[in-house]
Formats: sequence, structure tokens, C-alpha cells
Amino acid sequence: MTTSTGETPAIEFRDVTKRFGDNVVLDGLNFSVPQGQRITLIGPSGSGKTTILRLLMTLEELSGGLILIDGDPYTHEYKGEKWVKVPEKRRRVVRNRVGMVFQQFNLFPNMSVLENIIESPVHVLGKSKDEAVADAERLLDKVGMSEKRDFNTNELSGGQQQRVAIARALAMDPEILLLDEVTSALDPEIVADVLGVLKEIADTTDITMLLVTHEMQFAREVSDRVLMFDKGQIVEETDPETMFTNPSHPRTQEFLKAVLG
Amino acid sequence: MNDSIWRWDRAWEVLPHLLEGLQITVLATVVGMAIAAVLGFFIALAMRTPSRWLKAPLRLLVDFVRMTPIPVQLTFIWLAFPTIPTLAVGFSVLGVHYATYMSEVYRAGIEAVPKGQWEAATALNMAPGRTWRAVILPQAIRNTLPGLGNYAISMFKETPFLFVIGIVEMFTEAQSFGANTFSYIEPITMVGVLFLLISYPTSLLVRRMEIRLA
Amino acid sequence: MSDDIQTLIDRLPRLGEAVVVTLELTIGGAILAAIVALLLGFGSRTRSLWVRGPSRVVVEFFRGTSLVVQLFWIYYVLPAFGYEMQALAVGIVALGLNYGAYGSEVVRGSIASVPKGQWEATTALNMSWFHKVRRVIFPQAWALMIPMLTNLLIQLLKGSALAAYITLHDVNYWTDQLRRATNDVFFSYTAGLLVYFAIAYLLTWGMNWLEERAKRRLGRGTKKPSLREALRVKPDVGSESITARGSAV
Repeated sequence: MTTSTGETPAIEFRDVTKRFGDNVVLDGLNFSVPQGQRITLIGPSGSGKTTILRLLMTLEELSGGLILIDGDPYTHEYKGEKWVKVPEKRRRVVRNRVGMVFQQFNLFPNMSVLENIIESPVHVLGKSKDEAVADAERLLDKVGMSEKRDFNTNELSGGQQQRVAIARALAMDPEILLLDEVTSALDPEIVADVLGVLKEIADTTDITMLLVTHEMQFAREVSDRVLMFDKGQIVEETDPETMFTNPSHPRTQEFLKAVLG
Repeated sequence: MNDSIWRWDRAWEVLPHLLEGLQITVLATVVGMAIAAVLGFFIALAMRTPSRWLKAPLRLLVDFVRMTPIPVQLTFIWLAFPTIPTLAVGFSVLGVHYATYMSEVYRAGIEAVPKGQWEAATALNMAPGRTWRAVILPQAIRNTLPGLGNYAISMFKETPFLFVIGIVEMFTEAQSFGANTFSYIEPITMVGVLFLLISYPTSLLVRRMEIRLA
Repeated sequence: MSDDIQTLIDRLPRLGEAVVVTLELTIGGAILAAIVALLLGFGSRTRSLWVRGPSRVVVEFFRGTSLVVQLFWIYYVLPAFGYEMQALAVGIVALGLNYGAYGSEVVRGSIASVPKGQWEATTALNMSWFHKVRRVIFPQAWALMIPMLTNLLIQLLKGSALAAYITLHDVNYWTDQLRRATNDVFFSYTAGLLVYFAIAYLLTWGMNWLEERAKRRLGRGTKKPSLREALRVKPDVGSESITARGSAV
């Protein structure tokens, strides 16, 4: 294994297995994401894409294997022969590098827009409140939500809530951003706004991104690589251009035909 | 250290007394809940009156009964009506107090019947009485069964209040046994155990019914 | 009747003392109950069986064995084991444990009804467990639990009337003394019940105020409540939320 962070992948899955009861969702999955790459995961529902993001956010526990972030064991590690959980204290150190935006936004209704954004920068990262507020205002400006700074979250439309949620995730300065079907709960006419915001972030930062999306056009524009999943396995892995114009695997052809019509 | 803090011989001696008291405890629960179920239903119906002049005083009276302590109510009625048999006083005070809770259960049960049911009955040109009997109540009553069960268990555990007017239910049996033998530990502990033995399995049954009706 | 009123006026100072005793029992019991409810409520939710098992047992034990029995057990039996407490402490402990057990079910249920996505967002923002609960989860659950806690508080107040039977001079005791002095059952007991009613009303108002405040912080009750709403005794609690977990009484 290399020690220089430049060559260490941002994310590495090693023999990752995830079972829900008897249902095997991921079975010995291996893949890695280089620093700064944008990867889109596509595939039919139940193929394990969202599970990958949720494992990376420690919202689910692994059944086997390792997840490494910048080469560090993140959720589990081997102590000799024994496969054990990494203690929460050490997980939290690594988790600071990972952020996530959810399908259902999950803004905190007991806080204003600004409070949602500065909560963790102040209380988890230990930033001063002034600094956190300045950062939050800059991010709100970036996602076009400056006027809503002091609004209650339930006064916002879905698209506005999602833009705040994106700002909230970015306020933690993540090296890795997980985007889990972030436009699926939105009305069709606002999807483009939110995707526009994400596109700009993709263009102006070097954050490593992992996206699960049904927006194929968007995937094509922002991703460096597309992974096609089926039944917990990667069946095809290529650049977006090839994936969307000339896929080689029959399952990919079938899937894209169904999605793109 | 006293070597006989807990004495099994005393525990066995008190048990028959407690079981005798248990009969009154169960009787109080059954009669009390019957009163609560019937009276509560009429309170809930009366509260649906559109007349504010009827509703406001009724509401106040119901709140008054609901928000004041049963032991005080028991003593009050018992002293105020010396000719009424003590058991009757005890059962009716418990029954009326719980009727105020049950009226809320009925109200919620009636409100939980979807509006479309009323509209369908109107569309079928049913008379109001028929709508209530054939459509609304059968559904509302079903909604109220878990509430009835839970309040029956609550009342069962509150029957010891009856000691304040000297009704010899399970707890009073224990207390008088304790007073006679100068040892409360066995009788009072045993009463607690008996309450637990009866109320816990019953509450599991009610929870199961809730899940089935939900 | 005018004699009765004169006697009542003469006894007003003692009523003040009696109300203080009843309030000490109610507020003291409520504070203890809140602590018990939080510990057992969160204890019943943990993944560790070593915490959850005992929490459930304690909850079912105190819910299942009747307040009267618990009170007199602590009063009569505990001294045999060398724990003798003042009557006021006995009352507070019995009320606190009993209603704490019921309250824990309210806490558990309300925490469980905060959407799972809220927990997930707190994890994604890398908060510690305590931070999640204190800043995000509990404030949302709190608004849900207040109506049910109001019910429990009134039940606790009513339960405090038992204190008169363990030598405490509470409102119940004062009522009986008034009856002895006036020899008028109707007059004295109506007075006594009205005092309880007034206390219950005031407590309900206080809780309604807390509920409005909690809702406004969630951005729900942004409009000021009308006077009638603010003074309403019975918050709209559906039968399922009062009784589903058997937590009403």
C-alpha cells in the first residue's frame, strides 16, 4: 500500500459484504475511488447502490470486509485475525471527511436555515460562531438561498430545502460528498435548479463525489466514471460517454433502455 | 440483623385473605368499568350537541371530575350520602371518574371514522339514527376497544383507593392484616405481586388486541 | 353557611400550607418522574440488552403494581430494611417512580416517532450521541410528548392526595379538617375539590404554554393561540396517543 495521499484512493471497498437478514445486498464488492473523482452509481432499484452510500456514512453496519477512507480503516478493521468495529471515537475522526445529502433533505425543523448549517461546524468542528456564520453565508449565496437565511425550514419548498441541505453538507468541508437520489423527491420543474447547483460545485471544487441518481443526463455531464450495479455486483464500469452511448453488458443495455426509453 | 424480615409462614397465612379481597377488587373493576363504558358513551354523545349552553357546563363538570383526586371524591360521596351502601359508593365513584376518560376514548373513536362514511350514508339517504347504528357506531366501537382495555387495567390498579372508605378489597385486607400482626412486609409485598401477576399479562393481551385492530 | 365561610376564612393560612405540601409532592414527584422517565425511556431504546432488559423490567414493575401499594410499601416496609424516610420524601419517591415509569413510555414513544432521517442527518454531520439527542432529536420529540405529559402531571397531582394517609397535611387533609370544623360535608369537600381543580387548571395552562412554545420553535404554531385555545384544558390528544401505550393513568 502506498503512503502518499496523492496516490491513495479516497475511498476503497475491500471484499465488502452486506446482508439484511438472509438477503445478501452486497457480496464481496471491491472498488476504489481516486481522490477528486466523481462517480455515478446506476442500476435497478435493490441493486445495492444506496446501500454503498449508507455504508460509507455509517448509517448501516458492514457484514464483512473493509472500507478505507484515504487508506485509513473507517468502519471496521482487522486486529490480527479478528474483524472488529472501529470504535466510534475513531470513526468520528474519519467521518468528518465524509458528507451526505439525502433524498428527503432531512433538515432539522427545530432550527432556522442558518442554524441548520452552522450547528455542526461550531459544535463538531469547533469553529468560532462568527467564522461558521461567514462560511454559511458564503455557501447560502452559492446555492442561491441568501434571503432565506433566517427562515424556518418548513417555510421552504422542497427544492429550497434541498439547496440548504447541500450547503449544510458543504459547511463541514467534506473531502467526500455522498449524494443519494437528491432530486428524486422534487417536483420535475425544480430538479434542474438543484442539479445546476451541484454542477457548479462539481466544477468549482475538487471534492470526491459519489452519486446515486436517475438523472442520466446529469450523470453524463458531471461524472468521470459510471458504475453499473446489478444484484450487488458491478457489471460494467466505464466513462460516461461509453456507458450511455455504447454499453457492452446486456444488463446495462436493458437497464438504460428501460430508463431512457 | 433480624433474621425474620420476610417470613414465609406469614406470607401463606395472609394469602387467603388477599384472595378474598381480590374478589372485591375484581368486582369493583368490572362494575366500575361497566358504569364507565355506558356513562362515558352518553357523555361523548352529549358533547356532540351543537348547543353551547349545554356543552360548556357539561365540559366543565367533566373536567372537574376528571381533574380532581379519586380519594377525595370517594370520601366526599361516602360522607355526603350515608344511606348509600359503601360498596355502591365506591363502585360508582370509580365508574363516574373513569366515564370522563372513556368519553374521550369514544370521542376519538367517533372522530376516527372517516368522513366519507358519513357522506356515503347521506348519499344512500339513511336516516340519522340508522346512520349511527348501522355505520358509525360499529366502526367507532372497534376503535375504542383498546382504550377500554387499557382503562380497565388502570382502574384495576386504582381500586386500592377504595381503602379510604373502608372497602375491604385486596389492599385493605393486606393493611388490616399488617396492622394486626405488626408486620406489613409480607402482606403489602404480596399485594403488589398479585397486582403485577394480573395486570401485566392483561396488558400484554390488550397490546396484542391493539396491534390486531390497528 | 355564613358560619362555614367564616370557618373557611379562618383556615385560609392552613390552606396555604396545605397547597404548599401538595405542590411539593406534585412538583417534586414530577421532577423525579422526569429524571426516571428520561433514564428508562432512553434505556428502553438502547441496543444493549443489558440496559434495555432491566429498563423494561423496572418500567413494567412500576406500572404493574399500583401506586397505592408502592406508596405504602415504601412507607411501611422499607424501614424494615433500614431505610427510613420522611413522609414527604416517601410521597415524592412513590409518585416519581410510578409516574416516571409511565412517562418513560411517553419518552420512548415520542423519540421513536422522530423520523429516522433526522437521526441519519445527525450522523452525516458527525454529531456525538449526546449532541444528536440534545440539539436535534429531543427538541422535536418534546413537542410531541407535552400533551401526554400534561395528562400524567394531572394524574400525579391527583395521586398526591394519598399523602394525607401517610400523615402529610396536604389539601386532602385540609379538606377533612374543614369538614370536621364546619360539620358540613358538601361545603368543605366542594371547597377542597375546587382547590385541586384550580391547581390542575394552572398546571394545564403552564403545560399548554410550554407546548405552544415548543411548537413555535418547530415553526408549527407560528400564529399566536387564541385565548380560548390557550385556556383549553384538554389538548387534542387522540385516543391512541393517550391510551395506546397504556400510559394514561
